[in-house]
Amino acid sequence: MLKIDRRLIKNFDWITLLLITALSLIGIMTIYSATRPPLGVGEHPDFYAKQMLWFVISMTALIAVVSVNYIWLYRISYPLYALGLILLIVVLFTGRTSMGAQRWLSIGPVSFQPSEFFRIFFIAGFTAYLTNIGNRFTEKIPLKSIMIFAIFPLILLIKQPDLGTAILLMSLFVILSVSKGISRKITTVIIIIGLISIPFLGNIFWEGLKEYQKNRLIAFIDPDIDPAGIGYHIAQSKISVGSGGFFGKGYLKGTQGPLRFLPEKHTDFIFAVFAEEWGFIGSALLLGIYLLLFLRGLDTAMKAKDEFGRLTATGITAMFFIYFCVNIGMTLGIMPVVGVPLPFVSYGGTALLSNFIAAGILINIRTRRFELFYP
Amino acid sequence: MTLYRIKLGSYIVIGILLVFGFRLWQLQILDGDKYKRLSEDNRLRILKTPAPRGIIYDRNETPLVKNIPFFSVSITTDNPKKIDIDSLSALLGLKRQEVEEKLYRKDNSPFVPIKLKQGLSFGEIARIEAGRSDFPGLFVETDVGREYLFGKVGAHIIGYLGKITQSQMKNPGLRHFPPDALIGQWGVEALHDAQLRGIPGERIIEVDALGRELRLIQERPSVKGNDVSLSIDINIQKAVEDSFRSKAGALVALKPDTGEILAFESLPSFDPNTFSRGIVYEDWKALMDDKKKPMLNRAVQSQYPPGSTFKIITAIAALEEGVIHSETKVICTGGINFGKWTFGCWKKGGHGSVDFHKGIVESCDVYFYELGKRLGMDRIYKYADAFGLGRETGIDLVPVKERQGLIPNTEWKKEKKRIPWYLGDTFISAIGQGYVTTTPIQMAVMMSTFANGGTVYKPTLIKGEHRPVGAIKLKPDTIEMIKDALSGVINESNGTAQGARSSLTVIGGKTGTAQVVGKKKGAVAERFMDHAWFVAFAPVDKPEIALSVFVEHGGGGGAVAAPIAKKAIEAYMKSKNGQEAAAKSMTHGSQPIGGQKDAEN
Repeated sequence: MLKIDRRLIKNFDWITLLLITALSLIGIMTIYSATRPPLGVGEHPDFYAKQMLWFVISMTALIAVVSVNYIWLYRISYPLYALGLILLIVVLFTGRTSMGAQRWLSIGPVSFQPSEFFRIFFIAGFTAYLTNIGNRFTEKIPLKSIMIFAIFPLILLIKQPDLGTAILLMSLFVILSVSKGISRKITTVIIIIGLISIPFLGNIFWEGLKEYQKNRLIAFIDPDIDPAGIGYHIAQSKISVGSGGFFGKGYLKGTQGPLRFLPEKHTDFIFAVFAEEWGFIGSALLLGIYLLLFLRGLDTAMKAKDEFGRLTATGITAMFFIYFCVNIGMTLGIMPVVGVPLPFVSYGGTALLSNFIAAGILINIRTRRFELFYP
Repeated sequence: MTLYRIKLGSYIVIGILLVFGFRLWQLQILDGDKYKRLSEDNRLRILKTPAPRGIIYDRNETPLVKNIPFFSVSITTDNPKKIDIDSLSALLGLKRQEVEEKLYRKDNSPFVPIKLKQGLSFGEIARIEAGRSDFPGLFVETDVGREYLFGKVGAHIIGYLGKITQSQMKNPGLRHFPPDALIGQWGVEALHDAQLRGIPGERIIEVDALGRELRLIQERPSVKGNDVSLSIDINIQKAVEDSFRSKAGALVALKPDTGEILAFESLPSFDPNTFSRGIVYEDWKALMDDKKKPMLNRAVQSQYPPGSTFKIITAIAALEEGVIHSETKVICTGGINFGKWTFGCWKKGGHGSVDFHKGIVESCDVYFYELGKRLGMDRIYKYADAFGLGRETGIDLVPVKERQGLIPNTEWKKEKKRIPWYLGDTFISAIGQGYVTTTPIQMAVMMSTFANGGTVYKPTLIKGEHRPVGAIKLKPDTIEMIKDALSGVINESNGTAQGARSSLTVIGGKTGTAQVVGKKKGAVAERFMDHAWFVAFAPVDKPEIALSVFVEHGGGGGAVAAPIAKKAIEAYMKSKNGQEAAAKSMTHGSQPIGGQKDAEN
């Protein structure tokens, strides 16, 4: 199965690989800077080294994913989705709690967040479903599909709680449904039901939030309420980004991160550390890399040879884009603080691995766009 | 169809990235400078280090105060809700409500330590250090506090340090002070606060988000406040404190040729150390409610009829105006009748034939009624006024307000009382009773002005300062005759103040009694006893010290007040001789006084 086809190398999507490698290296560099001990005194935490190791693992996983035809993903997508749901249920009962959320599962020495992989399983499962259902979907979205692919996973995620993944899944559900194509009638009905139910949903949503999540939303609406309390993250993040100026303070010259003004500096707020050190020029360049990655992903979707490939590429690109938007929007103070990592850049082994696997699927779809027959 | 949707998606992606780009431009370029400044503030904290306060010395360079470490406990926290307030208030021995108030003050910043309690004892420090581990961010701070080495002695002039008050914070000069700053609140500590205070140092440190110190960036050491040398001699102060023997009253001693205050006591006094250690409400209330009024500065705030001490003024007026000469004689039969009124002499049997000298030495009232009659009130007023009586002496004391006293004249009575001045008014005014009231410090200024030959100085507490504020030219004969008579009061066998006779020097003086209204015949209760006055100067031929003594309910001036004056003058003489001996030994190569002074800092 692992025989390397010459066409595979000829058509390989080097650009996507180059873009995500660049992002990962920028990430490792920034993690190194963000976690350096204050004033250079004391030991340097080995986050960057761990991330490098995960980068190697992730790259290996990507190569493995690319070498297998993505039709296999289609074939095992339902079992994968079921496995994902089971893992989410398991984590609710036996998961390790960290920072007020029960997200981690330990298998032997390895601990990981099932929701990181569930994202991919969800995309695979839902696109497979959309592919199978054919054009019936456009006329009437079956209630069954809403239950299985929206309500059920949503409940499990909010229970953890994992607000970031929950938002992602809701968005992906809508984006994939729209890309599949739904009639104007259904769109109108959805919008009307949505508008009517906002107050109810809003209330249920608000009550379902943990205290820190409510605080974050309040802080987002008015960061000046208590800059040292709930608005602190936003205020400090803006200070970090803004103080970078045009040219930035220079690599390893940022002060916000090492001096611990910036919370979660190597995970959720890594862009703030980067922007402080590299300024407007560096930040614009980084945004440029992402833009290329997204456009490339959408281009892959357009060039995909089948509907499953097209929807999967759309879903994966959308996933990267949503995480990117929520993260950067939060860092720049234009969206609420939701604990979402910046894809490829933020520290986190499971996330990097799952993003590389997702990117591997993207590359896979693009690389095999000329293969007309399933092997 | 779906391809078109994906294309639309690309436009959405580009649009959102443009929004992010715009936001980046806004934060990093448009507001970049603002955020740069904020990030600097984030990193750097400026901590003030208290400056050692200037030392207050007496005129012989004896330190009166000492700087001591003043401990307080503070907490740095980014979220007061995280603190277990119950156990914290238990640890500090404060009420829960007090701690809460401090922690939840609106203007608290997570980067500035919140002072929870000041003036900790060593026991409290030990307790806090032991329980500190439960409260991250809790630490004991050291400030500069004050110890008043002589306690109650001189407390009214030295004063004390206290927490800055709300109204003082509004003062432009004090506005930048932290809310817990200790500043001079009373006496010299308050009056010369700016000079004593010094310049606080600055430590610019790099801190983390929890305000923990990481590194010292820059340090500007504090500059010690300037020392202040007072004109007072602590030896006299101590002697005075002792000699009052728990009686209430005041003593003011001046250096006649400069107006420098050599001694200034108002008794009972208070212990300034109670204040500088952060007075508790109970102690404050006890001081305020004390019937003996220890916070009352009797030297400038007690005003009573000066009694016979005022006869000095009447005598000077009579001699200067030429209404009498030394041989003028008056027959005293124990009183004079004037219309239906009888004005008695204190000696019921009368003094017989009284001349000027005898009139003063034996304090014959009838003699002075006669002088008053010859002078008229307005001429007495002229001299009393020239000697600084009936108006503020101008001594600088904070926050105490000096009282004015009163010297009446005919015009004053017409204006204020709406009745004419009677001769009887002149009689009682001439012997310092009736409307005439003075403060102890005014009487000291009067005595000092006479002793220096007629120059009125504003009394000052600062060594070496002298500010003449008025002068009266007196005939040498007048000075000679009165000096002679005042010396007789003490040193002659018929004098009224033989209790002030000293073997160390020749003292001249005059007793006085301020009658207490409501006195019943034969009453013995202390509160009905007369107030005693005594004014004195020494040595008579070349005065170096002039003073007034006032003893509340002291009875006759000669019995209680005169011995106090003698003790003060003798203390001055001994202290002066001691200083001269020290000065002599200094020239023989022993340790200079200046060296000791530095060692005390």
